[in-house]
Amino acid sequence: MTAVETAQPERRTLTGALGTFTSRHAAVLPTIAAVAILIVLLVGAQMYFGNFLTARNMSALLLDNAYLMVLAVGMTFVIVTAGIDLSVGSVMAFTGIFGASLLASGVPLVIALPAMLVSGAAIGLLIGVLVQYFNVQPFIASLAGLFLGRGLAFVVSLSSIRVEDPALLWLQSTRFRLGDWYITPTGIIAIVAVVIGALVMHFTRFGRTVYAVGGSAQSARLMGLNVARTTVMVYVISGLCGGLAGLVLTAYSGAGYPRNGIGTELDVIAVVVIGGTLLTGGRGYVLGSMIGVFVYGTIKTIISFMGAEQSWTHIIVGGLLLLFIVVQRAIVARSERGS
Amino acid sequence: MDQAQPLVELTGATVRFTSTVALDRVDFRMFPGEVHSLMGENGAGKSTLIKVLTGALVPDAGVLTLDGDLQHFSRPYDAQSAGISTVYQEIDLLPNLSVAENIWLGREPRRMGLIDAKAMRRQAAAVLEDLGLEIDPAALLGSQSLAVQQLVAIARAISTNLKVLVLDEPTSSLDTDEVAELFRVIRDLKQRGVAILFVSHFLDQVYEICDRITVLRDGALVGEYLTTELLRIDLVQKMLGREASFFKARERAEAAVEPQEAFLSARNVSVGKGITDADVDLAEGEVLGLAGLLGSGRTELARALTGVDHLSGGIIRLEQKDVHLDSPRKALSLGVVYSSENRRTEGLVGEMTIAENIGLALQAQQGPFRRISPARMRELAASWVEALDIRPADIDVPVRALSGGNQQKVMLARLLALSPRLLVLDEPTRGIDVGAKVEIQNLVGEMADNGLSVVFISAELEEVLRVGDRVAILRDGRIVETAPSSDLNVDSLMALVSRPDLPEA
Repeated sequence: MTAVETAQPERRTLTGALGTFTSRHAAVLPTIAAVAILIVLLVGAQMYFGNFLTARNMSALLLDNAYLMVLAVGMTFVIVTAGIDLSVGSVMAFTGIFGASLLASGVPLVIALPAMLVSGAAIGLLIGVLVQYFNVQPFIASLAGLFLGRGLAFVVSLSSIRVEDPALLWLQSTRFRLGDWYITPTGIIAIVAVVIGALVMHFTRFGRTVYAVGGSAQSARLMGLNVARTTVMVYVISGLCGGLAGLVLTAYSGAGYPRNGIGTELDVIAVVVIGGTLLTGGRGYVLGSMIGVFVYGTIKTIISFMGAEQSWTHIIVGGLLLLFIVVQRAIVARSERGS
Repeated sequence: MDQAQPLVELTGATVRFTSTVALDRVDFRMFPGEVHSLMGENGAGKSTLIKVLTGALVPDAGVLTLDGDLQHFSRPYDAQSAGISTVYQEIDLLPNLSVAENIWLGREPRRMGLIDAKAMRRQAAAVLEDLGLEIDPAALLGSQSLAVQQLVAIARAISTNLKVLVLDEPTSSLDTDEVAELFRVIRDLKQRGVAILFVSHFLDQVYEICDRITVLRDGALVGEYLTTELLRIDLVQKMLGREASFFKARERAEAAVEPQEAFLSARNVSVGKGITDADVDLAEGEVLGLAGLLGSGRTELARALTGVDHLSGGIIRLEQKDVHLDSPRKALSLGVVYSSENRRTEGLVGEMTIAENIGLALQAQQGPFRRISPARMRELAASWVEALDIRPADIDVPVRALSGGNQQKVMLARLLALSPRLLVLDEPTRGIDVGAKVEIQNLVGEMADNGLSVVFISAELEEVLRVGDRVAILRDGRIVETAPSSDLNVDSLMALVSRPDLPEA
């Protein structure tokens, strides 16, 4: 007990303040590292190219990666519960082509949009039920969801379907400008998704239960929390985000395409991890995942500035991922030793 | 206190697992404002009873009343809302969340539907202060010491309408000051009329804090006693059971145990908090019994001698040579073999056949590139099945289909196939029937006659005496005495195990 009592006066010194910070916010460190890397990337690119940090370029960063950001919000919920959702890429493809075909056959957007969201959430529900009630590994359950989504996408159409609906195209073509900066409705959707996600994670009982389940599902159950509902819900949220991303991507590309988003699930997992969310669950931030998306997008933009092969994006992202996982392991190991 | 109405009363609690009865018509009661201890060795049914009380397990029969009201708990949440909270040994809180959240999780104060973090921290600080604790409510729980985490778990419990607090081995990882702090909190809660179930294997602590003791053995109730009216030695006897005069030491080859060249000689062996300065000498062909209560360090010593756990001090010599046993693999290569007390979880592979289980360790020792031919393996297994009289004598039967005694024999066969020099057996007879027990005991004797050195650990004192040539007595992580078993009887051993220097005895 002596340690507890002496902690009080120590707090006034500088090391004490640092100690208080790490004892309170150790989980933020990986996200801070992601912010640092983002800054290094942006400053470095600006110094190298001279014309990188422009309003146009930065605005495009959000525009080009809006669908990824929406998916990352849902994925953060899932990974914080120590789960994984491999289905998001194909759910996005399925809801995208499904929406496009509805619109092409004359269904108005007010019906097509909810249909997309509901079908995404339904696949998420299926995965969540498999994970929670049939005790299937999240990896396997969501792999089933991946095949289901991709298969359904091909059932809807084997080739791409162009979207003519003006309301949907408006989401992409409208630019709200502020000087040289602009934002599209799709970008607003992504930002709103991040804000809602962050609020839910931090200020609702459901959100805190998500962290609790990731910390230890067994403990959470013993503490009387509703673990089953929470586990199912995170997959539903991820599916819902898949549906929303389908909408954003369809607006962005002006068409639904059944081969969209192959491998996107891995990009999403990568940005979430780079953003500071632990794959082992219990720690992570939706805002961190947003930073992760910006890091990913910046690397992609830098590579296209250099005129190099886009495959370099994956090599660099892979390297960063490795670095982050090692950094996270180190932080976790240190905080475990500390206790 | 006896006149008062019991706060909790459990009558006729029975829990059956597939084949065994874990709890057999046990009655249990607790009064408000008392600290009650539940005592018993491994497998006595303590944890099963706790689970029934806290809703983690639904009993097959039995009635639970709380404050006179009939209760049916089907999950921990039910028990919690009725006022029974539990703090487990492995603290079941969430290290990734803050202290305040751990106290309020599921019941967070809200403002306009969103959690009011500031109010939550303030209320948490109030609860902690009420217990006289200075803990930063905003700190991550994982950054705090185990003792603090434990106190936070108690703070969570008392922030509900707490009537009964169950503390399951709360002191096993605390140091003396931390235990004192915990006891202060317990006494404080007692003043408020909370009934506290304090489960610990530290007799000193039980006698210091508890008012009443309930003893369980083999899933049955032995009795309920006032702490002040129960001598330690009587308590130990009730826990271990059996009248002392009932047993006699085993017949031993007359050849007096000359202090021959020690095969194993360990000096000042220490492992963390578990074992302090243990000296062990063991001659070739000798059986050393290790006696001690649960938590006395018997398993820790076994693990230290066999390279499973790292020594924090001391040396181990084998045949006069210093050895550094840093892994079980290293120990195996020197002929030192350990048989875990948890044979199901740490030993046998239930789905594999007898032959495969017996061959497992030998193949592992040979390395993956020198494969033992299936024919050779079957031959080997068949010879061991015959030698140890394993039943059924069919080497293709999966091990999980065997009885406990036969599983233990398969485990022994696997270890013996390595032709070890020193065999450390941790509770090899636990959970198996009497006949099989005697067989295992005789086997150990035969092996020793063939020159194998054996360390034999058991919670049953008469068994230690029967099998061991000498007995080392462990208490609180120290070897307090080593004596030839012919100089001991169950009574004197029991006194040594439970602590002889009783001021009031």
